[in-house]
Amino acid sequence: MLDRYTFTVNGEQRDVVAEADTPLLTVLRNTLRLKAAKFGCGTGLCGACFVLVDGYPTPSCDTPVWAAAGKRIVTAEGLSARDAPHPLQQAFLQEQAAQCGYCISGILISAAALLQADPAPDEQAVVTALDRNLCRCGAQGRIVRAVLRAADRQGERR
Amino acid sequence: MNHDVARPAAAGDLPPDLAANPRLASWLTIESGRVLVRVGKVELGQGILTAMAAIAAEELDLPPERIVVVSADTAVSPDEGVTAGSMSVAAAGSALRQACAEARALMLAAAARTAGLDPAGLSVADGVICDAAGQQLTSYWELADQVSLDVDATGEAVPRPSRRPGEGSTSAGTLPRLDLPDKIFGRPRFIHDLELPGMVHGRVIRPAQRGARLVGVPGEPLRGLSGVLGTVCDGSFLGVVAEQEDTAERAARALASAAVWQGAADLPDEQDLPAYLRGQPAETTLVHCVGQGGVGGTEGVRHSATYSRPYLAHASLAPSCGIARWSASGELTVWTHSQGIFGLRRAIAQATSLDVDQIRVRHVEGAGCYGHNAADDAAFDAVLLARSVPDRPVRVQWSRRDELGWAPFGSAMVAEVSATLGGDGRVADWSCQVWSHGHTARPGYAGNPGLLAAADLEKPLDLPASIDPPAGNGGGTSRNAVPGYDFPRQRITAHRLLTMPIRTSALRSLGAHVNVFAIESFMDELAAMAGRDPVEYRLAHLADERARAVLEQAADAASWGGTRSPGRGRGIGYARYKNRSAYCAAVAEVEAVHEVRVRRLVLAVDVGRVIDDDGVRNQIEGGAIQATSWTLKERVRFDRAGITSTDWESYPILRFSEVPRVDVHVLARQHEPSLGAGEAAQGPVAAAIANALFDAIGVRVRDLPLTAEHVVAAMAS
Repeated sequence: MLDRYTFTVNGEQRDVVAEADTPLLTVLRNTLRLKAAKFGCGTGLCGACFVLVDGYPTPSCDTPVWAAAGKRIVTAEGLSARDAPHPLQQAFLQEQAAQCGYCISGILISAAALLQADPAPDEQAVVTALDRNLCRCGAQGRIVRAVLRAADRQGERR
Repeated sequence: MNHDVARPAAAGDLPPDLAANPRLASWLTIESGRVLVRVGKVELGQGILTAMAAIAAEELDLPPERIVVVSADTAVSPDEGVTAGSMSVAAAGSALRQACAEARALMLAAAARTAGLDPAGLSVADGVICDAAGQQLTSYWELADQVSLDVDATGEAVPRPSRRPGEGSTSAGTLPRLDLPDKIFGRPRFIHDLELPGMVHGRVIRPAQRGARLVGVPGEPLRGLSGVLGTVCDGSFLGVVAEQEDTAERAARALASAAVWQGAADLPDEQDLPAYLRGQPAETTLVHCVGQGGVGGTEGVRHSATYSRPYLAHASLAPSCGIARWSASGELTVWTHSQGIFGLRRAIAQATSLDVDQIRVRHVEGAGCYGHNAADDAAFDAVLLARSVPDRPVRVQWSRRDELGWAPFGSAMVAEVSATLGGDGRVADWSCQVWSHGHTARPGYAGNPGLLAAADLEKPLDLPASIDPPAGNGGGTSRNAVPGYDFPRQRITAHRLLTMPIRTSALRSLGAHVNVFAIESFMDELAAMAGRDPVEYRLAHLADERARAVLEQAADAASWGGTRSPGRGRGIGYARYKNRSAYCAAVAEVEAVHEVRVRRLVLAVDVGRVIDDDGVRNQIEGGAIQATSWTLKERVRFDRAGITSTDWESYPILRFSEVPRVDVHVLARQHEPSLGAGEAAQGPVAAAIANALFDAIGVRVRDLPLTAEHVVAAMAS
């Protein structure tokens, strides 16, 4: 049965009409046309679809839309301010921290949540924070370096 | 001055891809302020578009920002076959370099004619052509309308010498990847993100068991679902099309639970794969035979060992996706992340009885594929479903379960190696037999479309046993089965199976992963028998200076002779990919407690001329980490009815916490031809890890993956 659900996405209030059990990922990608979160497995096991739900990295592929109602959703599109990329995005570019890039949106989400909770993580903390995200191309070394670089930049600003 | 000896200098001596597509206009178009470059190779996340832009920019004396690399499209791009085998920089790069050199020469000749000057005295900066005094004469952009590129390449223009100093580890330039900003800012870039006007969504319901026939779909499983545009049932091919993706998904689930299938695949016994592989009918090829007196007859100490790996999945992070649209007049357009858009077009033509000219196939980026995954199959699924809704693009998204269960796999393999050590401890003779399914079933193989769904149609187009690429392309089963060492007597035999209960096709490095794992594990076993150091023992059998250089570099960088941390083992592996491509040596440091962990990998590579230093590093790092994953963890699981490893829990791959530190040393040789980097690390890394494991615990594990289960089994034997 179709129903109306309201939540904020990247700071804007959005109303959508969907079946209660439609995955949040489908709503984000197809209804709201936000393509950063990717479909990878549909069972929350790869991290490609991660978004922040009230600040926590959450697999949007197995989060039904009803469970997102009233929450604050942030996708990788919402990490950068209008004209300033997120320090993570700058660092990922500087480190060329990707191969195919399909996993990157989800990894940025995990990393953004980490830096929010721990502005100066060490390498072990970064690895732990990203352990739910899979990367098949083998770009992990670069990705960890990029997150550490972004943390350093944020630290310098403070 | 010109130390770039690898250049085709003689007229008519064109790079093969340019000789096959000689019209310059098919490679590049000069417009106002920019140059459009078209190659037939496709972006797979390996950075090829960036490498092509770098080559065009260098050859045309333009900043890279002026270059626009157009995605491959059968309507406009040169046909360069499949993007595979680490051949893109060598094949497309050399063709594009020559085409750009010829375009530049035509531009300079036109400018010189007008000015009454000798073209040799002219120079180009950012597209502006100047005389010897630096006076601006004209520009590419002004000349674009006057100089036709609609002419064939002649081979007369000589590409510019590499402007980067040659020998040693001096790095080449690095151009940031052109595709990464979109991917890092979450902008639509992948085929999965593509939205076409009027697009609808399709799903395919795969058989309950391999090879099963669809008996029927009783009841009305789709009753009550609104937005379903129709089902497609052709023989045992069953699919559904709906306005919304969510509806298509629900409809597919309903159909899957209602559908009745008959007939079961009888898959081999997963627990005894090596025996199965050795027992099947096979095509046997004598790959290599040298030396007087044959092998086995020499005096000395004999040693034999058998190595194996299971089937491996490509396990792309994105399940495959394809989009197709039939026009009402019967023209077909396909959007795909296939590695070979021209081959896919021919295969679709064969399977649909269309003329090739009625089909246009366009490449859109997908996730990394590492070989022949389900990209082509998903495209053909879309073709079959879209026929039911003319003028509407149908997007088919595969599930994770289907991607891990129905895409082709890299073949399971067995390699049996024997050698005789002479009195001096050197290898007096060497023989190897390898058993494997074929390593290619790409669209069009063995004269068949080779598309998964085609085998399920009312008039089925079967999927016969996979074949192997010819020896000239590096072989498949036999890839790297010939050891690169100077052994006086060798006999190498390859057995390609003629049966294929589990579909196999190209996975990064084909047979080289297992063959190098076997050869390099065995070299360690022989070195130990001879009481020699593994690095020194290899060098003693290796005259090729470039081979020696990577081995020595990797060993030095890993402090080979130095003390190891307690509890850790160190091992080395080496190969020259395809015996004629990139040289790679790897040193692994492992720790074995409850499971095997790789802590560090040090690699040294020589890929000839380096186009993009960071691009090479990224490929080698990625290859090394993926090879670590294959070697430690990966194994396609199955029972008699079908594949059972269909999610990330049953088919685990390496996680962040398991990834080793990777150091890559690139020995740039700017005067040598480019050799390609994408697959060089797979075999050496596998062997280095197994050798390091032996060093750590004194147990030789010869069956991949190096799981606790296999370690325990090796201890017991």
